[in-house]
Amino acid sequence: MNETIGNEMYSLHINGQDRPVVDAWVGESLLYVLRERLGLPGAKGACEQGECGSCTVLMDGDAVCSCLVMAATAVGSDIVTVEGLIEQNPTMAVTAQAITSQVTDVQQAFITEGGVQCGFCTPGLIVAVHHLLDKNPNPTELEVKESISGNICRCTGYGRIFAAVEAVVQVRKANS
Amino acid sequence: MTVALPLTIREAVLALSNTPDARLIQGGTDMMVEINFNHLKPNNIIALRRIQELRTWQKNADGTVTIGAGVPYQEMESGELKQLVPALAEAARTVGSPQIRAAGTLGGNLGTCSPAGDGLPVLFALDAVVHLQSHEALRQISIHEFMLGVKRNARNANEIITAVTIPLLNGWQGYAKVGVRNAMVISVASACLAIDKSTNSVRIGLGAVGPTIIRCRDAESWLSQQFDFSSTTGIDGAVAKEFGRRVTLESKPIDDHRSTAEYRRHAVGVLAQRLITRAYPS
Repeated sequence: MNETIGNEMYSLHINGQDRPVVDAWVGESLLYVLRERLGLPGAKGACEQGECGSCTVLMDGDAVCSCLVMAATAVGSDIVTVEGLIEQNPTMAVTAQAITSQVTDVQQAFITEGGVQCGFCTPGLIVAVHHLLDKNPNPTELEVKESISGNICRCTGYGRIFAAVEAVVQVRKANS
Repeated sequence: MTVALPLTIREAVLALSNTPDARLIQGGTDMMVEINFNHLKPNNIIALRRIQELRTWQKNADGTVTIGAGVPYQEMESGELKQLVPALAEAARTVGSPQIRAAGTLGGNLGTCSPAGDGLPVLFALDAVVHLQSHEALRQISIHEFMLGVKRNARNANEIITAVTIPLLNGWQGYAKVGVRNAMVISVASACLAIDKSTNSVRIGLGAVGPTIIRCRDAESWLSQQFDFSSTTGIDGAVAKEFGRRVTLESKPIDDHRSTAEYRRHAVGVLAQRLITRAYPS
Protein backbone atom coordinates (compact mmCIF):
# COMPACT_ATOMS: atom_id res chain seq x y z
CA MET A 1 0.00 0.00 0.00
CA ASN A 2 1.24 3.45 -0.91
CA GLU A 3 1.41 5.51 2.28
CA THR A 4 2.29 9.04 3.23
CA ILE A 5 3.23 9.68 6.83
CA GLY A 6 2.82 13.15 8.27
CA ASN A 7 3.21 14.06 11.89
CA GLU A 8 0.54 11.63 12.97
CA MET A 9 1.32 8.27 14.47
CA TYR A 10 3.07 5.54 12.55
CA SER A 11 3.89 2.02 13.59
CA LEU A 12 7.07 -0.03 13.36
CA HIS A 13 7.41 -3.80 13.59
CA ILE A 14 10.13 -4.37 16.17
CA ASN A 15 11.17 -7.62 17.83
CA GLY A 16 7.96 -9.27 16.67
CA GLN A 17 5.63 -6.55 17.94
CA ASP A 18 3.88 -3.57 16.37
CA ARG A 19 5.15 -0.49 18.18
CA PRO A 20 3.31 2.80 17.64
CA VAL A 21 5.49 5.91 17.42
CA VAL A 22 3.58 8.97 18.60
CA ASP A 23 4.35 12.69 18.74
CA ALA A 24 7.56 12.20 16.79
CA TRP A 25 9.09 14.34 14.05
CA VAL A 26 8.99 12.09 10.97
CA GLY A 27 12.61 12.82 10.03
CA GLU A 28 13.98 11.13 13.16
CA SER A 29 16.45 8.30 12.76
CA LEU A 30 15.47 4.78 13.71
CA LEU A 31 18.17 4.91 16.39
CA TYR A 32 16.57 7.95 18.01
CA VAL A 33 13.09 6.43 17.83
CA LEU A 34 14.27 3.14 19.36
CA ARG A 35 16.06 4.82 22.24
CA GLU A 36 14.01 7.93 22.96
CA ARG A 37 10.49 6.99 21.84
CA LEU A 38 10.24 3.23 22.37
CA GLY A 39 12.39 2.53 25.40
CA LEU A 40 14.81 0.25 23.58
CA PRO A 41 18.24 1.62 24.54
CA GLY A 42 20.24 -1.44 23.42
CA ALA A 43 21.37 0.17 20.15
CA LYS A 44 23.90 2.85 21.08
CA GLY A 45 24.39 6.26 19.53
CA ALA A 46 27.99 7.33 19.09
CA CYS A 47 28.96 8.75 15.73
CA GLU A 48 25.49 9.11 14.17
CA GLN A 49 27.09 8.93 10.73
CA GLY A 50 27.39 5.20 10.13
CA GLU A 51 31.06 4.96 11.02
CA CYS A 52 31.04 3.12 14.33
CA GLY A 53 28.37 0.38 14.10
CA SER A 54 27.30 0.71 17.74
CA CYS A 55 23.69 1.27 16.59
CA THR A 56 23.55 -1.88 14.43
CA VAL A 57 20.13 -3.57 14.18
CA LEU A 58 18.65 -6.12 11.81
CA MET A 59 16.25 -4.78 9.22
CA ASP A 60 14.57 -7.33 6.93
CA GLY A 61 17.45 -9.68 7.73
CA ASP A 62 20.27 -7.21 6.96
CA ALA A 63 22.55 -5.69 9.58
CA VAL A 64 22.24 -1.92 9.16
CA CYS A 65 23.17 1.23 11.07
CA SER A 66 19.93 2.39 12.69
CA CYS A 67 21.28 5.96 12.79
CA LEU A 68 21.16 6.00 8.98
CA VAL A 69 17.60 4.72 8.65
CA MET A 70 14.86 7.32 8.66
CA ALA A 71 12.45 5.63 11.09
CA ALA A 72 9.32 6.53 9.14
CA THR A 73 10.73 4.77 6.06
CA ALA A 74 11.05 1.55 8.06
CA VAL A 75 7.27 1.12 8.22
CA GLY A 76 6.54 -2.40 6.98
CA SER A 77 10.07 -3.65 7.68
CA ASP A 78 10.92 -6.36 10.17
CA ILE A 79 13.30 -4.86 12.73
CA VAL A 80 15.23 -6.81 15.35
CA THR A 81 17.27 -5.01 17.99
CA VAL A 82 19.76 -6.53 20.41
CA GLU A 83 16.90 -6.77 22.93
CA GLY A 84 14.99 -9.01 20.51
CA LEU A 85 17.71 -11.50 19.65
CA ILE A 86 16.78 -13.86 22.47
CA GLU A 87 13.10 -13.92 21.41
CA GLN A 88 14.07 -14.32 17.77
CA ASN A 89 16.24 -17.32 18.55
CA PRO A 90 14.65 -19.12 21.51
CA THR A 91 16.52 -22.30 20.72
CA MET A 92 19.82 -20.53 20.31
CA ALA A 93 20.60 -20.31 24.00
CA VAL A 94 22.57 -23.51 23.96
CA THR A 95 23.99 -23.65 27.44
CA ALA A 96 22.03 -23.97 30.66
CA GLN A 97 23.87 -20.93 31.95
CA ALA A 98 22.83 -18.90 28.92
CA ILE A 99 19.17 -19.85 29.30
CA THR A 100 19.00 -18.92 32.95
CA SER A 101 20.67 -15.57 32.44
CA GLN A 102 18.60 -14.77 29.30
CA VAL A 103 21.47 -14.12 26.99
CA THR A 104 22.14 -15.63 23.60
CA ASP A 105 25.08 -17.90 22.90
CA VAL A 106 26.93 -15.00 21.28
CA GLN A 107 26.38 -12.76 24.29
CA GLN A 108 27.48 -15.57 26.60
CA ALA A 109 30.65 -16.11 24.57
CA PHE A 110 31.49 -12.38 24.74
CA ILE A 111 31.18 -12.64 28.54
CA THR A 112 33.16 -15.86 28.84
CA GLU A 113 35.94 -14.82 26.48
CA GLY A 114 36.25 -11.28 27.85
CA GLY A 115 35.07 -9.61 24.66
CA VAL A 116 33.44 -6.80 26.64
CA GLN A 117 35.36 -3.97 28.26
CA CYS A 118 33.60 -0.59 28.36
CA GLY A 119 30.68 -2.28 26.61
CA PHE A 120 29.57 0.60 24.41
CA CYS A 121 30.26 -1.19 21.12
CA THR A 122 29.02 -4.54 22.43
CA PRO A 123 25.32 -4.45 21.41
CA GLY A 124 26.25 -3.54 17.83
CA LEU A 125 28.88 -6.26 17.71
CA ILE A 126 26.48 -8.83 19.14
CA VAL A 127 23.96 -8.05 16.39
CA ALA A 128 26.69 -8.11 13.71
CA VAL A 129 28.04 -11.46 14.95
CA HIS A 130 24.56 -13.03 15.07
CA HIS A 131 23.99 -11.79 11.54
CA LEU A 132 27.29 -13.29 10.36
CA LEU A 133 26.92 -16.69 12.03
CA ASP A 134 23.27 -17.14 11.09
CA LYS A 135 24.25 -16.74 7.42
CA ASN A 136 27.68 -18.32 7.57
CA PRO A 137 28.10 -20.85 10.41
CA ASN A 138 31.75 -21.54 9.61
CA PRO A 139 33.40 -18.25 8.60
CA THR A 140 37.07 -17.84 7.75
CA GLU A 141 39.17 -15.40 9.75
CA LEU A 142 38.91 -12.87 6.88
CA GLU A 143 35.13 -13.26 6.73
CA VAL A 144 34.87 -12.60 10.47
CA LYS A 145 37.09 -9.53 10.19
CA GLU A 146 35.22 -8.17 7.20
CA SER A 147 31.82 -8.78 8.76
CA ILE A 148 32.66 -6.75 11.85
CA SER A 149 34.74 -4.14 10.00
CA GLY A 150 31.87 -1.70 10.47
CA ASN A 151 31.90 -2.08 14.26
CA ILE A 152 34.55 -0.05 16.00
CA CYS A 153 35.83 -1.15 19.43
CA ARG A 154 38.43 1.05 21.10
CA CYS A 155 39.02 -1.14 24.17
CA THR A 156 39.59 -4.78 23.37
CA GLY A 157 41.88 -4.68 20.37
CA TYR A 158 39.41 -7.22 18.88
CA GLY A 159 41.42 -10.31 19.92
CA ARG A 160 38.92 -11.40 22.55
CA ILE A 161 36.02 -10.61 20.21
CA PHE A 162 37.52 -12.97 17.60
CA ALA A 163 37.94 -15.55 20.36
CA ALA A 164 34.26 -15.14 21.29
CA VAL A 165 33.18 -15.65 17.66
CA GLU A 166 35.34 -18.74 17.40
CA ALA A 167 33.88 -20.09 20.66
CA VAL A 168 30.32 -19.71 19.32
CA VAL A 169 31.29 -21.43 16.06
CA GLN A 170 32.70 -24.39 18.01
CA VAL A 171 29.73 -24.65 20.39
CA ARG A 172 27.19 -24.47 17.57
CA LYS A 173 29.13 -27.11 15.62
CA ALA A 174 29.19 -29.40 18.64
CA ASN A 175 25.43 -28.94 19.13
CA SER A 176 24.38 -29.32 15.51
CA MET B 1 7.07 17.37 6.91
CA THR B 2 5.75 14.22 5.23
CA VAL B 3 7.34 10.93 4.25
CA ALA B 4 5.82 9.19 1.24
CA LEU B 5 6.39 5.45 0.87
CA PRO B 6 5.51 4.54 -2.72
CA LEU B 7 5.55 0.89 -3.73
CA THR B 8 5.99 1.38 -7.47
CA ILE B 9 8.01 3.71 -9.71
CA ARG B 10 4.71 5.06 -11.05
CA GLU B 11 3.53 6.01 -7.55
CA ALA B 12 6.91 7.57 -6.83
CA VAL B 13 7.00 9.84 -9.92
CA LEU B 14 3.39 10.90 -9.27
CA ALA B 15 4.28 11.75 -5.67
CA LEU B 16 7.26 13.73 -6.98
CA SER B 17 5.14 15.71 -9.45
CA ASN B 18 2.70 16.50 -6.62
CA THR B 19 5.44 17.57 -4.18
CA PRO B 20 8.17 19.11 -6.38
CA ASP B 21 10.25 20.16 -3.34
CA ALA B 22 10.47 16.58 -2.06
CA ARG B 23 13.87 15.01 -1.40
CA LEU B 24 14.35 11.45 -2.61
CA ILE B 25 15.87 9.00 -0.17
CA GLN B 26 17.02 5.49 -1.08
CA GLY B 27 19.35 3.78 1.43
CA GLY B 28 19.68 6.92 3.54
CA THR B 29 23.40 6.56 4.21
CA ASP B 30 24.21 10.07 2.92
CA MET B 31 21.07 12.01 3.72
CA MET B 32 20.61 10.77 7.28
CA VAL B 33 24.09 12.04 8.20
CA GLU B 34 23.04 15.52 7.06
CA ILE B 35 19.76 15.26 8.98
CA ASN B 36 21.40 13.88 12.14
CA PHE B 37 23.80 16.82 12.21
CA ASN B 38 21.07 19.39 11.46
CA HIS B 39 22.60 20.29 8.12
CA LEU B 40 19.38 19.40 6.36
CA LYS B 41 15.77 19.88 7.41
CA PRO B 42 13.76 18.47 4.52
CA ASN B 43 10.19 19.53 3.94
CA ASN B 44 9.00 16.39 2.26
CA ILE B 45 10.60 13.04 1.67
CA ILE B 46 9.86 10.37 -0.89
CA ALA B 47 11.41 7.13 0.33
CA LEU B 48 12.21 4.69 -2.48
CA ARG B 49 13.32 1.72 -0.44
CA ARG B 50 10.03 -0.18 -0.64
CA ILE B 51 9.89 -0.09 -4.45
CA GLN B 52 10.71 -3.67 -5.45
CA GLU B 53 11.10 -2.72 -9.15
CA LEU B 54 14.18 -0.70 -8.19
CA ARG B 55 15.74 -3.63 -6.36
CA THR B 56 16.09 -5.95 -9.35
CA TRP B 57 18.73 -6.36 -12.06
CA GLN B 58 18.86 -8.22 -15.33
CA LYS B 59 21.27 -9.29 -18.03
CA ASN B 60 20.17 -8.00 -21.42
CA ALA B 61 20.41 -9.71 -24.82
CA ASP B 62 22.56 -6.88 -26.21
CA GLY B 63 25.52 -7.63 -23.95
CA THR B 64 24.67 -5.22 -21.15
CA VAL B 65 23.37 -5.52 -17.62
CA THR B 66 20.74 -3.21 -16.13
CA ILE B 67 20.95 -2.71 -12.39
CA GLY B 68 18.05 -1.14 -10.52
CA ALA B 69 18.83 2.06 -8.61
CA GLY B 70 17.78 0.38 -5.36
CA VAL B 71 19.98 -2.71 -5.55
CA PRO B 72 22.22 -2.55 -2.48
CA TYR B 73 26.01 -2.77 -2.87
CA GLN B 74 26.08 -6.07 -0.99
CA GLU B 75 24.35 -7.73 -3.96
CA MET B 76 27.12 -6.57 -6.33
CA GLU B 77 29.96 -7.89 -4.19
CA SER B 78 29.46 -11.55 -5.02
CA GLY B 79 27.46 -13.96 -7.14
CA GLU B 80 26.52 -13.42 -10.78
CA LEU B 81 26.89 -9.63 -10.76
CA LYS B 82 30.50 -10.07 -9.64
CA GLN B 83 31.11 -12.42 -12.58
CA LEU B 84 29.53 -9.97 -15.02
CA VAL B 85 31.06 -6.71 -13.77
CA PRO B 86 34.11 -7.57 -11.62
CA ALA B 87 35.21 -3.94 -11.23
CA LEU B 88 31.82 -3.03 -9.79
CA ALA B 89 32.12 -5.89 -7.30
CA GLU B 90 35.54 -4.63 -6.21
CA ALA B 91 34.27 -1.07 -5.87
CA ALA B 92 31.17 -2.22 -3.98
CA ARG B 93 33.33 -4.11 -1.50
CA THR B 94 35.21 -0.90 -0.63
CA VAL B 95 32.04 1.06 0.17
CA GLY B 96 31.81 1.85 3.89
CA SER B 97 31.13 -1.23 5.99
CA PRO B 98 28.82 -4.26 5.60
CA GLN B 99 26.10 -2.19 7.29
CA ILE B 100 26.52 0.61 4.73
CA ARG B 101 26.65 -1.86 1.83
CA ALA B 102 23.36 -3.41 2.96
CA ALA B 103 21.69 0.01 2.59
CA GLY B 104 23.71 1.99 0.02
CA THR B 105 22.90 1.80 -3.68
CA LEU B 106 24.12 2.97 -7.10
CA GLY B 107 20.99 5.12 -7.28
CA GLY B 108 22.10 6.94 -4.15
CA ASN B 109 25.67 7.27 -5.45
CA LEU B 110 24.31 8.81 -8.68
CA GLY B 111 21.83 11.03 -6.85
CA THR B 112 24.47 12.41 -4.49
CA CYS B 113 27.07 12.56 -7.28
CA SER B 114 30.07 13.02 -5.01
CA PRO B 115 33.39 12.68 -6.90
CA ALA B 116 34.40 10.29 -4.09
CA GLY B 117 31.43 7.97 -4.74
CA ASP B 118 32.95 4.51 -5.16
CA GLY B 119 30.52 3.30 -7.83
CA LEU B 120 31.03 6.23 -10.16
CA PRO B 121 34.56 5.57 -11.57
CA VAL B 122 33.29 2.13 -12.60
CA LEU B 123 30.28 3.61 -14.38
CA PHE B 124 32.56 6.11 -16.18
CA ALA B 125 35.12 3.49 -17.21
CA LEU B 126 32.38 1.23 -18.56
CA ASP B 127 30.40 4.02 -20.33
CA ALA B 128 27.24 3.32 -18.34
CA VAL B 129 23.84 4.80 -19.17
CA VAL B 130 21.57 6.27 -16.48
CA HIS B 131 17.79 5.76 -16.65
CA LEU B 132 15.66 8.71 -15.51
CA GLN B 133 11.89 8.47 -15.15
CA SER B 134 9.45 11.35 -14.73
CA HIS B 135 5.65 11.08 -14.67
CA GLU B 136 5.77 11.97 -18.35
CA ALA B 137 8.75 10.20 -19.86
CA LEU B 138 11.64 7.83 -19.49
CA ARG B 139 15.01 8.99 -20.80
CA GLN B 140 18.45 7.46 -20.88
CA ILE B 141 21.56 9.57 -20.60
CA SER B 142 25.25 8.72 -20.74
CA ILE B 143 27.02 8.86 -17.38
CA HIS B 144 29.46 11.30 -18.98
CA GLU B 145 26.60 13.78 -19.52
CA PHE B 146 24.86 12.91 -16.26
CA MET B 147 27.54 13.99 -13.78
CA LEU B 148 28.05 17.76 -14.08
CA GLY B 149 30.17 18.67 -11.07
CA VAL B 150 30.64 18.19 -7.35
CA LYS B 151 27.24 16.89 -6.19
CA ARG B 152 25.62 18.22 -9.38
CA ASN B 153 23.93 16.08 -11.99
CA ALA B 154 21.56 16.30 -14.96
CA ARG B 155 18.56 14.84 -13.14
CA ASN B 156 15.52 17.10 -13.48
CA ALA B 157 13.53 17.87 -10.35
CA ASN B 158 10.63 15.71 -11.52
CA GLU B 159 12.78 12.68 -12.33
CA ILE B 160 13.75 9.58 -10.39
CA ILE B 161 16.92 7.63 -11.15
CA THR B 162 15.54 4.16 -11.80
CA ALA B 163 18.47 2.12 -13.12
CA VAL B 164 21.85 2.09 -14.77
CA THR B 165 22.82 0.02 -17.80
CA ILE B 166 26.41 -1.19 -17.96
CA PRO B 167 28.04 -2.72 -21.07
CA LEU B 168 29.68 -6.09 -20.41
CA LEU B 169 33.26 -6.05 -21.67
CA ASN B 170 35.61 -8.83 -22.64
CA GLY B 171 38.79 -8.32 -20.63
CA TRP B 172 40.24 -7.72 -17.20
CA GLN B 173 38.73 -4.98 -15.03
CA GLY B 174 39.37 -3.79 -11.52
CA TYR B 175 39.01 -1.00 -8.99
CA ALA B 176 41.50 0.37 -6.50
CA LYS B 177 41.25 3.08 -3.91
CA VAL B 178 43.41 4.90 -1.40
CA GLY B 179 42.04 5.93 1.99
CA VAL B 180 43.37 6.34 5.48
CA ARG B 181 42.50 2.79 6.52
CA ASN B 182 41.27 -0.46 4.97
CA ALA B 183 37.64 -0.50 6.04
CA MET B 184 34.98 2.14 6.47
CA VAL B 185 36.68 4.89 4.55
CA ILE B 186 35.84 7.55 1.97
CA SER B 187 38.33 7.50 -0.87
CA VAL B 188 41.17 10.00 -1.08
CA ALA B 189 41.78 8.85 -4.65
CA SER B 190 40.36 5.95 -6.64
CA ALA B 191 40.58 4.42 -10.10
CA CYS B 192 38.73 1.89 -12.21
CA LEU B 193 40.54 0.27 -15.11
CA ALA B 194 38.81 -1.89 -17.72
CA ILE B 195 40.20 -3.65 -20.77
CA ASP B 196 38.00 -4.20 -23.81
CA LYS B 197 39.64 -6.84 -25.99
CA SER B 198 36.99 -6.58 -28.71
CA THR B 199 38.03 -2.99 -29.47
CA ASN B 200 41.62 -3.49 -28.23
CA SER B 201 41.22 -0.57 -25.86
CA VAL B 202 41.66 0.37 -22.21
CA ARG B 203 39.48 2.69 -20.15
CA ILE B 204 40.37 4.36 -16.88
CA GLY B 205 38.10 6.46 -14.67
CA LEU B 206 39.47 8.43 -11.70
CA GLY B 207 37.54 9.27 -8.53
CA ALA B 208 38.09 12.03 -5.94
CA VAL B 209 40.69 13.85 -8.06
CA GLY B 210 38.43 16.36 -9.81
CA PRO B 211 34.96 17.92 -9.73
CA THR B 212 33.62 14.95 -11.70
CA ILE B 213 34.97 11.48 -12.36
CA ILE B 214 37.74 11.86 -14.96
CA ARG B 215 38.28 9.61 -17.95
CA CYS B 216 41.95 9.78 -19.02
CA ARG B 217 41.45 9.74 -22.79
CA ASP B 218 45.04 10.73 -23.61
CA ALA B 219 46.59 8.10 -21.38
CA GLU B 220 44.13 5.51 -22.72
CA SER B 221 44.98 6.15 -26.37
CA TRP B 222 48.72 6.34 -25.61
CA LEU B 223 48.62 2.92 -23.94
CA SER B 224 46.59 1.46 -26.82
CA GLN B 225 49.46 2.33 -29.15
CA GLN B 226 52.06 0.81 -26.82
CA PHE B 227 50.41 -2.46 -25.90
CA ASP B 228 48.27 -5.18 -27.46
CA PHE B 229 45.46 -5.93 -25.00
CA SER B 230 44.94 -9.43 -26.37
CA SER B 231 48.47 -10.17 -25.18
CA THR B 232 48.94 -13.01 -22.73
CA THR B 233 52.31 -11.70 -21.58
CA GLY B 234 52.90 -9.20 -18.82
CA ILE B 235 53.16 -5.47 -19.39
CA ASP B 236 56.61 -3.92 -19.43
CA GLY B 237 57.32 -2.13 -16.14
CA ALA B 238 58.45 1.06 -17.88
CA VAL B 239 55.24 1.20 -19.97
CA ALA B 240 53.07 0.70 -16.85
CA LYS B 241 54.99 3.47 -15.09
CA GLU B 242 54.64 5.87 -18.00
CA PHE B 243 50.90 5.07 -18.14
CA GLY B 244 50.66 6.04 -14.47
CA ARG B 245 52.54 9.28 -15.15
CA ARG B 246 50.20 10.17 -18.02
CA VAL B 247 47.13 9.42 -15.86
CA THR B 248 48.55 11.76 -13.21
CA LEU B 249 48.68 14.57 -15.79
CA GLU B 250 44.95 14.25 -16.48
CA SER B 251 43.89 14.39 -12.82
CA LYS B 252 42.67 17.71 -11.39
CA PRO B 253 42.76 17.25 -7.62
CA ILE B 254 42.40 19.89 -4.92
CA ASP B 255 43.55 20.28 -1.32
CA ASP B 256 40.75 19.59 1.17
CA HIS B 257 40.11 18.17 4.64
CA ARG B 258 40.75 14.63 3.40
CA SER B 259 44.06 15.05 1.60
CA THR B 260 46.26 17.30 -0.52
CA ALA B 261 46.25 17.78 -4.27
CA GLU B 262 49.89 16.74 -4.42
CA TYR B 263 49.28 13.44 -2.65
CA ARG B 264 46.18 12.67 -4.71
CA ARG B 265 48.04 13.32 -7.97
CA HIS B 266 50.75 10.92 -6.87
CA ALA B 267 48.24 8.34 -5.60
CA VAL B 268 46.15 8.07 -8.80
CA GLY B 269 49.31 7.54 -10.83
CA VAL B 270 50.31 4.69 -8.54
CA LEU B 271 46.78 3.23 -8.70
CA ALA B 272 46.79 3.33 -12.52
CA GLN B 273 50.21 1.68 -12.69
CA ARG B 274 49.12 -0.94 -10.17
CA LEU B 275 45.85 -1.74 -11.98
CA ILE B 276 47.45 -2.20 -15.42
CA THR B 277 50.10 -4.40 -13.81
CA ARG B 278 47.37 -6.43 -12.13
CA ALA B 279 45.69 -6.83 -15.53
CA TYR B 280 48.93 -7.97 -17.20
CA PRO B 281 51.25 -9.30 -14.50
CA SER B 282 54.75 -10.26 -15.56
